[in-house]
Amino acid sequence: MKLRIYRYDPDRDNSPYMQDYDLQMDAGDAMLLDALMLLRQQDDSIGFRKSCREGVCGSDAMNINGRNGLACITPLSALKQPIEIRPLPGLPVIRDLIVDMTQFFKQYHSIKPYLVNNDPPPETERLQSPKDRAELDGLYECILCACCTTACPSFWWNPDKFVGPSGLLQAYRFIADTRDQDTAARLDNLEDPYRLFRCHTIMNCVDVCPKELNPTEAIGKIKDMMVKRAV
Amino acid sequence: MVNRVVTGAHYGLRDWLAQRVTAAVMAVYVLALAVYLLMQPGFGYDTWVYLFSGNVMRTFSMLFLLSLFYHAWIGVRDIVMDYVKPAGIRLLIHVLVILALILYVIWSVQILWGL
Repeated sequence: MKLRIYRYDPDRDNSPYMQDYDLQMDAGDAMLLDALMLLRQQDDSIGFRKSCREGVCGSDAMNINGRNGLACITPLSALKQPIEIRPLPGLPVIRDLIVDMTQFFKQYHSIKPYLVNNDPPPETERLQSPKDRAELDGLYECILCACCTTACPSFWWNPDKFVGPSGLLQAYRFIADTRDQDTAARLDNLEDPYRLFRCHTIMNCVDVCPKELNPTEAIGKIKDMMVKRAV
Repeated sequence: MVNRVVTGAHYGLRDWLAQRVTAAVMAVYVLALAVYLLMQPGFGYDTWVYLFSGNVMRTFSMLFLLSLFYHAWIGVRDIVMDYVKPAGIRLLIHVLVILALILYVIWSVQILWGL
């Protein structure tokens, strides 16, 4: 099995380069992460993040054959060889496939990713009807792997100002939550030519999301709510 | 001035909505014009002159052009916002684009009403 991996160690390399590897391994049902872990037994200098190995933690997001995805749930058999693996685009590289997610999480935090409710906490919990709860389906599942945001050209151009698809999906997750009381302020926070309206419906986010979520739809719903509020 | 990333201009929605409305206006105009022209048995200079001799056609054409200019302003501004980082140069380009579009409006009136 042939792999081409992006290598860059800022302490030692002047510039990034692609390194070819030949791995003796049968693809079978294995995932790309299995191959990377086996490869690391050959060359322990390859840097990549991983944790849960089953598409839940979002640590091993990388650019696989030109497409962002999670190595742990990408079947090897579906990949064309040589499998070209690069770090997520648009974020500073710390080393090899490890990127600095600071900007991504800054945007995530900027949308206040927590319930704002000023009522005194009830004895048990804040209840929702099943219908209200269903509004959160397709939103709460986001694992913040950054596949979508780093596939978005609008984020590449304005990572400091555009919230990005993941952050906006999360923003709608709290706007849509009937237990949240901060809707107006949340909409105010996003009503900006950069923060929300840099989204030009390119839909790379929908294309790459490993959890098959739809940030574009969530962004559309935020816009709809703003229109409803304004007219 | 402190060098900090600032956002919160609070005008995103208006322009986003305007771009959609102006697109709809242009689509209707272009379709109506295309249907009208296709229904003409012979199409030449005379048809064109006759079509634009009435004030109704001129007015709707002006509406189309104003929609086009406003639509273009938002589109061009979006591109400039993406690619031109220094705020001073961005402002300069914005002003130049606005002035050009205002000139186009004046020019459109001159053409449509034969001034």
